[in-house]
Amino acid sequence: MKQELKLTINGQLYDLFVKPKTLLVEVIRRELGLTGTKRACESGSCGACTVILNGMAVKSCSVLALQADGGQVQTIEGLATGTKFHPVQEAFMDEGAFQCGFCTPGMLMSAKALLDENPKPTKQQIKEAIDGNVCRCTGYNSIVRAITSVVNGKYEERK
Amino acid sequence: MSKFSVIGTRVRNVDGPEKVTGAAKFTFDVTLPNMLWARVLRSPHPHAKILDIDTSKAERLAGVKGVVTGKDTLGRKTGIWRRFPEFCDEEILCRTKVRYIGDPVAAVAAIDEDTAEEALDLIEVEYEPLKAVFDPMEAIKEDAPVIHDGVDLNINATRHIEWGDVDEAFKRCDHVREDRFYCSPQAHVCMETHNTVSSFGPDGKMTVYAATQSSYYTQALMAGMLGLRESDVRVIKPHVGGGWGSKFELDSTQFCSGLLSMKLGRPVKIVLTREEEFTATKRRTPMYYNVKLGASRDGALLAKEVRVITEGGAYTSMGPTTLYLTGFFSSFPYRFPNYRYDGYRAYTNTAPTSAMRGFGAPQATFVMESQLDMIAEDLGIDPVAIRRLNMMTPNYEVPGQAYIQSCGVLQCLGEIERYVKRRGQLPPNHGIGLSAYGFVSGGIFNWFDTPYAFSAAIVRINIDGKVDLYTGACDIGQGSNTTLSMICAEELGVRLEDVRIIAADTGTCPPDLGAWASRETLMNGNAVKMAAAEAKRQLLEVAAAKMGSNIVYDLDIKDRWIHIANRPERGLSYFDVVKDAIRGKEGQAIMGRGHYTPHRKGMISPAYSFGVQAVEVSVDPETGKVKLLNAVTSHDSGTVINPVGCDGQLEGAISMAGGYGFCEDQPMDNGKLLNPSIGDYKLIRALDMPETEILVVDTWEPEGPFGAKEAGEGLTTPTAGAIGNAIAKAVGVRITDLPITPEKVLNAIKHKEEKGSTTARR
Repeated sequence: MKQELKLTINGQLYDLFVKPKTLLVEVIRRELGLTGTKRACESGSCGACTVILNGMAVKSCSVLALQADGGQVQTIEGLATGTKFHPVQEAFMDEGAFQCGFCTPGMLMSAKALLDENPKPTKQQIKEAIDGNVCRCTGYNSIVRAITSVVNGKYEERK
Repeated sequence: MSKFSVIGTRVRNVDGPEKVTGAAKFTFDVTLPNMLWARVLRSPHPHAKILDIDTSKAERLAGVKGVVTGKDTLGRKTGIWRRFPEFCDEEILCRTKVRYIGDPVAAVAAIDEDTAEEALDLIEVEYEPLKAVFDPMEAIKEDAPVIHDGVDLNINATRHIEWGDVDEAFKRCDHVREDRFYCSPQAHVCMETHNTVSSFGPDGKMTVYAATQSSYYTQALMAGMLGLRESDVRVIKPHVGGGWGSKFELDSTQFCSGLLSMKLGRPVKIVLTREEEFTATKRRTPMYYNVKLGASRDGALLAKEVRVITEGGAYTSMGPTTLYLTGFFSSFPYRFPNYRYDGYRAYTNTAPTSAMRGFGAPQATFVMESQLDMIAEDLGIDPVAIRRLNMMTPNYEVPGQAYIQSCGVLQCLGEIERYVKRRGQLPPNHGIGLSAYGFVSGGIFNWFDTPYAFSAAIVRINIDGKVDLYTGACDIGQGSNTTLSMICAEELGVRLEDVRIIAADTGTCPPDLGAWASRETLMNGNAVKMAAAEAKRQLLEVAAAKMGSNIVYDLDIKDRWIHIANRPERGLSYFDVVKDAIRGKEGQAIMGRGHYTPHRKGMISPAYSFGVQAVEVSVDPETGKVKLLNAVTSHDSGTVINPVGCDGQLEGAISMAGGYGFCEDQPMDNGKLLNPSIGDYKLIRALDMPETEILVVDTWEPEGPFGAKEAGEGLTTPTAGAIGNAIAKAVGVRITDLPITPEKVLNAIKHKEEKGSTTARR
């Protein structure tokens, strides 16, 4: 039996009907076609599906869509402002902090959630914030450098 | 000042804007109108006869649109070895027998994935289980079960390499060691699991969106197995979420989506689950190594004899090449005057083993570098000194095997020696281990018996000066789109933003063998450079006529300025010349074609990268736990075309190679994988990653585009050996089987305290 789900995604309110067991990631990807958010492990252990729900980074494969009812969701598609990149996006490009790019949307959302909560994290805090996001390509250090460059204010004037 | 304007500059990846905004489309994101979803039913038995398959219940389930079994196939066997039919031993769907847990037996297409999944449970397969064998050492015994009919002792392939007089040389050695090593399996763990969308149209033609490392191989093999004309199969490679060898070969993912699409006349998508990705795709080859190494008193390596048995798993895949290469790399990067290798690949009832980043070299290098430190210790020689004494040098010939032109491994060793000195005195239970390595820049292997060039490219200059670069090169995350665009821009004398790359679509791009053996920069790079040079020549013809300069003056293009080479102030705008050139050709675009196939470069590769790595670890003697602290690498890639991309490849490789060395493993129980999830498969995460530093060594490779060679795989080879050597320095124990887990280290420490022995075995 489908149930009503009201969800604000990237500022847009959606009124949907979903099955009780439908996962948030499936609503985002399949119902709404926002395919930037990925799914890679089906077990909540890789972070590719990370979105920001009510200000917190969550793994959208581990959240039932109905649990997010009435919530505010931010996905990778909502990270840039129009055609203006968010500082972490600029930094990821400058530092080469992605290769295949499949973990990148989740990684960027984890980074954004961290910086929203703590604009001056230490290197250790940055590593902790992305420890739930598996990247098989980069070895993480370029990602840490990218986030650090945002913390150090490299992109401040563009904010 | 650099002689280059684009090469060597720190540029953003050309796919960056798409990849950081979620706009990048992967096959995983492709949905076509009227598309069905399919799932594959797999064998729960490691070895069994298929007596009967009843699909009727599944077919009656609401939402199921079709089921296929082996009976629906053409009954052909597939493999990458088009020239060697005996190595083509895999079926799209097994018809009479299954050989490992995960072997595909049927596929269902339905309106959604849940329905397809539900239908799998309704397919009734009657099996007659057979005796199975999992260990290659058992598989080659007389009484072992026969996995493939007609294959004696389950020996799938043998490889032999020999030069010099090994037996005589061992007699002259002052010291000889014999050791055994075990190299464990490793999973690729692509973040995007294998997946394919096939769409067979009413016109009898197929369009395939594939997460692949080679659009061309996918095209040819799908056509062959499905009975289509090659050119009627168009393979489009969207962005690919990692490959590392696993997406080079085809499996039921591609074939079954194609088969179902042909049967049903609708697009069909198959996405492997993470569990299937672990259990039913290829993996790194486990190997048992027996090695005899002989040296003179002063440390000169005089002879080496290597015997290897590899766990092949159920099918051939790329295994025989891995078997050859591990033998070839077992001499690297040293000048052995006498060398003998014998390798045997045994079939077993486990998931097939094949190519993974490094292609047999990580195993060889772990063994070589571990044993070299062991013999150095026996002889009382410093690890740096013994390496320096024996290392390869430029213009060295590996007898009968390979011609090495550029070789910066001695400079790399110097850089690492200086680093170790700078690091100075280490705290207790810390150690720094060294490991040296070399790798190929593309393989001169033509398993596929293709008459096409190995790489090809087309450059087209449009009226506004924008350059379209068409290539079959497959960017799977390694950054070939950026590197090749940079080569094109440099050769043509334009800016990177002037180049638009169109890649890996067999409908529009020239064939290329794909992304494997670190071949795109050198092989496709040469093809791109040639195509750009051809287009440039056409522009210069027009410019020369317009400028009316003396014929002894050479023209060149730099940064959109066509000028006399030694009088750069005298010239014309690139854009003006492009317009005139196209006008002069009655409106035809300027086109240049390029291709590359290595000739007279031995039988392995046209060029070799080299490097030396130092890894610092700390070991907790109470728990055996190892922490990776620093990994410092000096790598010789020749000219670095794309520094951001190169650094990324080198740093990233350390996480995969470090995982191979100390945490990644695939334990099995009677052929059943025990850790088929990302949660249970331990890989390096952000908090485990050591600090990394890359020390650049500058060399020039005559065979490479602008002097460049590989950076993709070489660095997956040294880290396991460096970790082993670092642990030996830190706590005085030597682990000879991978991965080097805390349990093994702790046991070795206890053993050493009890018996005074320093070597632990599994």
